[in-house]
Amino acid sequence: MELVQQLVNGISLGSIYALIALGYTMVYGIVKLINFAHGDVFMVGSFMGFYSITILDLSFFPALVLTMAACALFGVAIERIAYKPLRNATRIAALITAIGVSLLIEYGVIYFRGAQPEAYPGDVLPKETISLFGLSVSSQSIFILGVSVALMILLQFIVHKTKIGKAMRAVSHDADAARLMGINVNNTISATFAIGSALAGAAGVIFGTYYIKIEPLMGIIPGLKAFVAAVLGGIGIIPGAMVGGLLLGVIEALVSALGYSLWRDGAAFVVLILILIFLPSGLFGKNVREKV
Amino acid sequence: MLRVEEINVYYGNIQALKDVSLEINQGEIVTLIGANGAGKSTLLKTISGLLKPKQGQVIYEGRNIAGKAAQAIVKMGISHVPEGRRVFANMTVEENLDLGAYLRKDKAGIREDAEKVYGLFPRLLERRKQHSGTLSGGEQQMLAMGRALMARPRLLVLDEPSMGLAPLLVKTIFRIIEEINAAGTTILLVEQNAHMALSIASRAYVLETGRVVLSGTPDELNASEKVKMAYLGGH
Repeated sequence: MELVQQLVNGISLGSIYALIALGYTMVYGIVKLINFAHGDVFMVGSFMGFYSITILDLSFFPALVLTMAACALFGVAIERIAYKPLRNATRIAALITAIGVSLLIEYGVIYFRGAQPEAYPGDVLPKETISLFGLSVSSQSIFILGVSVALMILLQFIVHKTKIGKAMRAVSHDADAARLMGINVNNTISATFAIGSALAGAAGVIFGTYYIKIEPLMGIIPGLKAFVAAVLGGIGIIPGAMVGGLLLGVIEALVSALGYSLWRDGAAFVVLILILIFLPSGLFGKNVREKV
Repeated sequence: MLRVEEINVYYGNIQALKDVSLEINQGEIVTLIGANGAGKSTLLKTISGLLKPKQGQVIYEGRNIAGKAAQAIVKMGISHVPEGRRVFANMTVEENLDLGAYLRKDKAGIREDAEKVYGLFPRLLERRKQHSGTLSGGEQQMLAMGRALMARPRLLVLDEPSMGLAPLLVKTIFRIIEEINAAGTTILLVEQNAHMALSIASRAYVLETGRVVLSGTPDELNASEKVKMAYLGGH
């Protein structure tokens, strides 16, 4: 029973990783950049959610929607200001810029509001214990999982059924060919940053309501782990990020359940090392071959 | 319809096109022949907006489009089928065609044009739901052409449509190019297969290391010793 409970916790945590990992993987898919500032968008999202709930007095869903919209704009601003001028620069230049943006956001937040942590009010979501097949599961875990899954389904719908989604897939496959179709590549890249950042913002709000404590450097570790999750699933592949995130959450929970809870942060990076050695293109990755 | 006036195009410091001029009239099939590296693809990319010329103008229907964004040029009626097809391998045939009509909003017209494309290339209809990465080279060429037609171009720019295809398929592709032209679309065709290209063209240009060295009707070019030696295999 203990084990199953840990699994449920792992899936909840994993769905947060998955939401963040989606942004990593989408941005990588389209501009081949590991956006290391992505974990900080998650942090900014959790603060926006906090202020929407405490200052604007919003309930969970309006706060979630507002945060997602604000983070989308924030993501687009990061892309336009920091990354777009480097579109044709070397990858390492873009990567170093991403790390710089990450530090700027972290310490920018500290400069404006201080480094002290904040606590989400405990009553954002009803806290009950539900009995399910003889197991007691917290209603929050199920709620978090539900919201995450709903967002992922929405994302799949956008990517596969809408015009902007098709443009995103076209640009990520071949930007010049996409241009020849009349697709505006710059706008498509912005849309990708907007969607990825909105998901990270949502993850921030969900994280806050579930784990209560937030602080300006909270994005670093979940950001890195979500990156591991994206690599685990196969970077650039959307379903891969979802599965990778959930799997990583479950692995961490199992490591804790086995009594090694001090090692759980390490587990993610062991996974990364193993993946890079044995399956570098990730679980869903394919060896890319070209037809002549 | 289209007039290229003395354009110079560079890749970094390397000059790929030197004072190239050419003209295409409404309804023509104009072909551009030349060896590898002569600058044929560069010229096409400059016309469709993927490259910007350093000097010179590209006048399309009275307006200078040199340096305009590719998406604006597609909207004005020039579609470019790039070398190597460049189909979206991760998407189905149907989705590829949809993307060809990306800038259009007239749903009924788009459906009608998709029917036309399937009529022109029945193989694509059979493979509608298939990922385009699984198609053969010839089918991918058909898809790339069909996708370009979905934008309802007035000028269709084709880069090496016969590349890597079996001779029988090359014939089919050329027959279809003539059909497209007969239906009212002007065509600019780049080909290594000079024989085939000259057999359907109204006029031709010969490009050599970034310059136009010859131009004229296919008969004039066929009569030229130089063309015979260089591009038609001697005799």
